[in-house]
Amino acid sequence: MSVLVEARGLVQQYTTGKPLFGQASTVRAVNGIDLAVQEGEILGIVGESGSGKSTLGRMLLGLETPFAGKVLYHGQPMPAPRTEHWRRLRAQMQLIFQDPLAALDRRMTIARQIAEPLEIHDRAKGPELAERVAGLMARVGLRRDQADRYPHELSGGQRQRVVIARALATNPRFLVCDEPVSALDVSIQAQVVNLLRDLQEQDGLTMVFISHDLKVVRNICDRVAVMYLGRVVEEAPSDRNFADPRHPYTQALVSSIPQAGQGLEGRIILHGEPPNPAARPSGCAFHPRCRLADAACAATVPELETHGGRLAACLKLPAAARQAA
Amino acid sequence: MFPFILAKIARAALTIVLVMTFAFVVLRMSGDPAQVLLGPDAPQDAVDAFRERWGLNDPIWQQYLAYLEQILTFDFGVSMRDQSPALDLVLERIPATLAITIPALILKIGIGIPAGVYAALHRESVADRGVIMLSIFGFTIPSFVLGLVLVLIFAVTLGWLPSGGQDTWQHAILPIATLSIGGIGILARFSRSAMIEVLGQPYIRTAMAKGLPWRDVVWKHALPNAVIPIITLIGFMVGALIAGAVVVESIFSWPGVGRLIVVSVANRDLAVVQCLLLVIAASMVVANLCVDFAYGLLDPRLRQKRAAH
Amino acid sequence: MSFVSIRDLRVAFDGVQVLHGIDLDIGKGETVGLVGESGCGKSVTWLAALGLLPGKAQISGSVTIEGQELIGARPAEVEAVRGARIAMIFQDPSSSLNPVHRVGRQIGESLRLHRGLRGAAARNEAVRLLDMVGIPSAATRIDLYPHEFSGGQCQRIMIAMALAGQPDLLIADEPTTALDATIQAQILDLLSSIRRETGMAMVLISHDLGAVSAVCDRAAVMYAGRIVEANDIARLFTGPKHPYTRGLFDAIPEMDAGRARLRPIEGTVPDPKHLPPGCAFAPRCPRASGFCQSHLPELKPQVRGGFVACFHPEATRAAARERQAAVA
Repeated sequence: MSVLVEARGLVQQYTTGKPLFGQASTVRAVNGIDLAVQEGEILGIVGESGSGKSTLGRMLLGLETPFAGKVLYHGQPMPAPRTEHWRRLRAQMQLIFQDPLAALDRRMTIARQIAEPLEIHDRAKGPELAERVAGLMARVGLRRDQADRYPHELSGGQRQRVVIARALATNPRFLVCDEPVSALDVSIQAQVVNLLRDLQEQDGLTMVFISHDLKVVRNICDRVAVMYLGRVVEEAPSDRNFADPRHPYTQALVSSIPQAGQGLEGRIILHGEPPNPAARPSGCAFHPRCRLADAACAATVPELETHGGRLAACLKLPAAARQAA
Repeated sequence: MFPFILAKIARAALTIVLVMTFAFVVLRMSGDPAQVLLGPDAPQDAVDAFRERWGLNDPIWQQYLAYLEQILTFDFGVSMRDQSPALDLVLERIPATLAITIPALILKIGIGIPAGVYAALHRESVADRGVIMLSIFGFTIPSFVLGLVLVLIFAVTLGWLPSGGQDTWQHAILPIATLSIGGIGILARFSRSAMIEVLGQPYIRTAMAKGLPWRDVVWKHALPNAVIPIITLIGFMVGALIAGAVVVESIFSWPGVGRLIVVSVANRDLAVVQCLLLVIAASMVVANLCVDFAYGLLDPRLRQKRAAH
Repeated sequence: MSFVSIRDLRVAFDGVQVLHGIDLDIGKGETVGLVGESGCGKSVTWLAALGLLPGKAQISGSVTIEGQELIGARPAEVEAVRGARIAMIFQDPSSSLNPVHRVGRQIGESLRLHRGLRGAAARNEAVRLLDMVGIPSAATRIDLYPHEFSGGQCQRIMIAMALAGQPDLLIADEPTTALDATIQAQILDLLSSIRRETGMAMVLISHDLGAVSAVCDRAAVMYAGRIVEANDIARLFTGPKHPYTRGLFDAIPEMDAGRARLRPIEGTVPDPKHLPPGCAFAPRCPRASGFCQSHLPELKPQVRGGFVACFHPEATRAAARERQAAVA
């Protein structure tokens, strides 16, 4: 397997609107991420709001230029947004996000919306175009008679299928799904997750799957990176990460998911709230909420290191491992 | 908070300077005051003397600098027509204008907001539809039409009220009515939609779920939120107190600021027009400042944002 | 006798019926889950019961609290129940608090209304409540505005406000849905510990089956405006009888189940304007027969406990085992 997309030392920061007097404040959404996405794998990125997971996704797609560090696609640096080269790359990489209604044009029939990327990238026209659209609709499980419908005439799950069909139109190699099923009901969620999975298997797509829903990530992803306040704190194969989490934050995250028939006992309840990225704690950003933290954690930013078959960034890993056991 | 106030005041001052400059330039490019004031048949010497007297022969930037210097010493010049100080001419007209615009504003607020809120609380009732219809009627009819119609009905046909002049309080009734009807319509419409928007908010449901009587939900939870957008609109209306009656004053021969504007512009009485524009701009800017501060008092979210700056 | 009793509750908006006769009893001190997907009517049931739906909603049926009828009652009577006997918290905590009032004032309002507390007494009690729901330095933060708190803290404040009236029943409508995973865990923990301490009853409205199973004594599953199955938690989760309940459980990925393919429920929830004539779930149901398409199953008590509205319920594991034993 080769690396398709690689992030090296990615940093993204935003400056909040500068007032007439006084200081503008900067917020680091992503604070130093090294990550490699292997060709043909589904990499999950989980984290809470403010962890920077969506920002990371947009940078991996080249939709945002990082403040520092770089993104490599097929070993080549990502071209700057809106350049000719960048535009040509769009056909190969697509984004699917949470709200399909916002992603679709309400005044266009779904067939036209699916056809649009084919026309833009000059992939097909005339009868061939119609055939390609019909084929795409069939692949995502939309009926032929739905072609002339408008987005508001479809259910949430069907709309997300339209978005997926449109994303697949140009035969992309790389797909970033940002909370693609979070707005859907449980029974529909499973349909869409299965669909994404089938498509990935058939085409050998490379996928980054961003979600706060650990159960879904656990089900669909080969590998998972857990983010906390702009950094990856643990990265491991999905099975290992969820069955035997080692970073204290991952442990708490996994433990926080209520399981049918297990009651509330024995769960790790974290104290406090995820801190504001504008007021990042010193050292390990997780230390104020961590039950294992000591003075060293407040002073040193832990680096990702190999530990028990995964990467984890924690100074107390041996202790955390003992707790997990 | 303090830098925020400073910034606001600086911006307000800048606005006034821009208005002044603009007025100065436009007035000088739109016709020769000497020709207008002295008439087309005036002898050339008289015209030259007039131009010399008022410095109209200097390059425009010199005139402008001289004007700025005057303003900074609170000297607003004298009328080209009768040599009286321009500021006095303007100031003596203001009470007459306020005598109709302030009652009109009180009517707009006193009728418009309650009508809008009532309509919002009784949506799709007869009263609601009535308010919507009347408010559309109110703000679509131009004031010169409305004024003339009112004169026709109440002065000409019924003979109840005088059609123009300023002698008794009855003379003020038709101008005030003409001025207020459009504003009542706009405020009613705006308050209605602001209130409907607020009533759909989750915190209203929370207030109800608490067991508060409906009256308290409306007065303590809905209105304080609905007032925030309405304040902006009222700010505009306050800003227009001095200059908002030009048309109505002309219809009813009401000797206020509006009439002075019309007369002075027609005569190219530069000092008076400039002074008028300055006063009007200042009143609008001050009204705007007041709205900004009122916002801060009413909306804690804004207050905090400002404090952070 | 049950504390709150809902009988044949029906709700329609603009002539479209969204609730088709709900029967539900909540006993004192009990925790009941109400489960279902969006639009199934789980929130509408309680908003209707408390008179919190907009005026255009047509409501019929009966909701009684210790025998006192709420549907059709005078506004003052319903207001006396809201907050004092039955309190409710909502999905989106940040917008559920009034942005222009300090949180202390919003809690104080309930204290004055239901317990007659004013001034320093109300303030002290509000601080105590905020403390109890885990707001750090409550004594100073009581004077802050809602936007100065995070979403999780806003939900804590909502809970404090609900507790201010010392209600006998708390309706928690998707209380953790809008929150992050670790905060969800905190709020769920808080709700269940408060319930233990105060002994109040609770209804947890949620689409999160895990949360319901962890907190509730029993649960009702709703689909398209009807309750399709109700049972105590253990029986419901070990042996769901209605195919929809079963499908719902199967559709949720398990944390410890590896990467097995998910088993979704095919199709979509029917449009309330065009409900199928028979069982609303029949078009999506793997067990449906022709009879199901034309006949409406009633919610019937089952021999082994619980209620199911289905002509072809799933066999429980125990029943299946017995049948096998009988054959052998």
